[in-house]
Amino acid sequence: MRRTRILAGLAVLLAVTAACTPAPEPKPIATPGVEPSGEVELWHFFTEREAKAIDGIIADFQAKYPKVKVTVKGGQDDSKVVQAIGAGTGPDVAISYSTDIVGKFCATGGWVDLNPYVQRDGVDLKVMPEVVRSYTEFRGKRCAMPFLADAYGFYYNKKMLADAGIANPPKTLDELTEAAKKLTVRKPDGTIERAGFLPLFGFYENSPSHLGPMVGAQWLKPDGTSAIGSDPQWQALLKWQKDLVDWYGYDKLEKFRASLGDEWSADNAFQKGQIAMAVDGEWRQAFLKDQAPNVEYGVSPLPTADASRYGSGYISGNVIGVSRTAKNPEAAWALVKYLTLDQSAQVKLSNGIRNVPTLTSALTASDLQVDDNFKVFLSIFAHPQSSTTPPSAVGPAYQETFGTFVDAYQSGQKKDLTAGLSEVDKQINDVIKLAG
Amino acid sequence: MATVTLTEGRDTAALRRGARGSRRPRLVVLTFIGPALLGLIVFLGYPLVAAVYFSFTRFTLINPPEWVGLDNWRHLAQDPLVGVAAKNTLWLTAVMVPARIIGALLTAMLLNAMKRSRSAYRTLFYLPALAPPVTATIAFVLLLKPQTGPVDTMLRWLGIDGPLWFNDPAWAKPALVLLSLWAIGDLMIIFVAALLDVPVDLYEAASLDGANAWQKFRFVTLPTIQPVLVFATITGIIGCAQYFTQAAVAASVASNQVTGGGGVSGTFGYPQNSMLTYPMWLYTEGFRYNLFGYANVLALLLFVVSMSITVILIRRFKAFTGSDR
Repeated sequence: MRRTRILAGLAVLLAVTAACTPAPEPKPIATPGVEPSGEVELWHFFTEREAKAIDGIIADFQAKYPKVKVTVKGGQDDSKVVQAIGAGTGPDVAISYSTDIVGKFCATGGWVDLNPYVQRDGVDLKVMPEVVRSYTEFRGKRCAMPFLADAYGFYYNKKMLADAGIANPPKTLDELTEAAKKLTVRKPDGTIERAGFLPLFGFYENSPSHLGPMVGAQWLKPDGTSAIGSDPQWQALLKWQKDLVDWYGYDKLEKFRASLGDEWSADNAFQKGQIAMAVDGEWRQAFLKDQAPNVEYGVSPLPTADASRYGSGYISGNVIGVSRTAKNPEAAWALVKYLTLDQSAQVKLSNGIRNVPTLTSALTASDLQVDDNFKVFLSIFAHPQSSTTPPSAVGPAYQETFGTFVDAYQSGQKKDLTAGLSEVDKQINDVIKLAG
Repeated sequence: MATVTLTEGRDTAALRRGARGSRRPRLVVLTFIGPALLGLIVFLGYPLVAAVYFSFTRFTLINPPEWVGLDNWRHLAQDPLVGVAAKNTLWLTAVMVPARIIGALLTAMLLNAMKRSRSAYRTLFYLPALAPPVTATIAFVLLLKPQTGPVDTMLRWLGIDGPLWFNDPAWAKPALVLLSLWAIGDLMIIFVAALLDVPVDLYEAASLDGANAWQKFRFVTLPTIQPVLVFATITGIIGCAQYFTQAAVAASVASNQVTGGGGVSGTFGYPQNSMLTYPMWLYTEGFRYNLFGYANVLALLLFVVSMSITVILIRRFKAFTGSDR
């Protein structure tokens, strides 16, 4: 009798557990031409200066759509959005800082598929480069739209290059190696005083995802499984990087790296002249202007293994979507459409936040504030061979699994590159299979 | 016959009175423990049962869980980092718990032995424990920063080339132990109180019997403060099993990406997964890789191990029943 009661209690608990998450309910969309109205809640992660830029653009939206009232909540991260959607109380619209979340929202339906709205309104998504279209959809579902982008380029200290007799920034990996060696200054005991280029993966923005476009390496196959082990470009990149690490000496590099300041502080090694060249995003310009205005720097595309790839780079960005639990999906789509497809809104946002606009037409808009350095990032963004990290149902798991191997390889713990990358493939595929 | 009947009737009445009498205290007890019991059911029982169920499902927090049988449990054998994370946590538990207990006990004994300024020193040693863990960890990592940190600078004055501390996989965990020793005040203050509770007449009797300082400590102090020692051990082990914040912050600061856009979890484990603890890996699998079903498997294993160790320790030492072994 007692055992029966316990079992009954457990059954009730399980039933409650299973029932506490609401099942998805697809909502029919309105007919063409309907005027959006009502209230919309927007969650984003921006704070301070950037949050003010968002407020400004929302005011513009409300002026254009006076029947829609937008409530904005800043400082909301992805985990809060996920939990709120799971509990049935998600915002109508949310902005995420990472494309890594797209696979999850598309696969689970946490963000609705916007294709029906796109088709109904006759939106031509080719107004955006292919690379941003690719990181905002997953398995045929367009559950996100790009909300400004980041482009990664190559920063170099003009004075240091000139002093070393280097006329132009390196365009190939061989030139980068040569320049890095020329620009490196060692102390009498052989330790590093200044690094021409600090090649360690894990240092600042030196991740495999940001450096992969240098060789055009692929992450995932079309079926969603890992392409790392079978793509020879990864091996080419890792061998080049390991050769340079060995030239410096891994231990010496680690010691030097440990002494450097935080990436996001005024003690950033490039800003302090402790490294002469670095891979970084377009946002570094704002930091340089604010924290190290005296540094004479230039910007160029990433050096590449193959000259035909020169000009391309890594592209990522913020994404925006409409929650499955949106109370007012029609007005939510109107807001998303305005923020991502309206050229004046894109230009104003880019000028305010200093990220790259995602509309191709906005890149050449006369009111977009650009200088010579920012133009480099705009050209990297528009380059047809620029690439990104593809969405996956397991978020960044495939990148971080690879990162663990790369860590061991660059330190010399793992030596067999081919076997190691095959093992990485297996580990990634196991995780992807588990996610379904 | 009538007598028998009367006797039976009296017995029945007495039984009823007894039953009523015993039911009332039970009701009173239930009333008092009710809120706590409710809390246990809602915040421990329900999550535990739910975790068992979720461990057999594909769960994303967004959609209802989908039954996948033993898939999540089978993945344990394929997970390359769960073993690394478990070993790191075991290492920290095996070293940090005894180090903290010994350090706190020695400090407390020294403080109790002091004749002057005892209160001032107690306050001084307790202060680091008041610092918020994130702030304390950031300060400690910067204190030990290779080349430019004050500790390394002082070591160089002495002609010693200091280690890379949090930047070296071999030194990262010992550095975390140092951090925990720096903030030893919480445990020290408990030992100070426990040592003051040891009856003085026991020491006097031991002295009359010719016991030396070590014998007094071994046969008087230790047995008397044993419940406090067991308490410190159990809470220390549970704390280490859940060790997260300091390791996460230390990795973030040491990797020079303290405010990275991807959030602090992007640098978990730095350097070379030497600071990746079991709860950090559990968090990563759930909140970063969206594998909440598998994260529940990891959570259940953590619960079973922590619970087993706690039960063994309590039974072995019978610390909270007052009896000795």
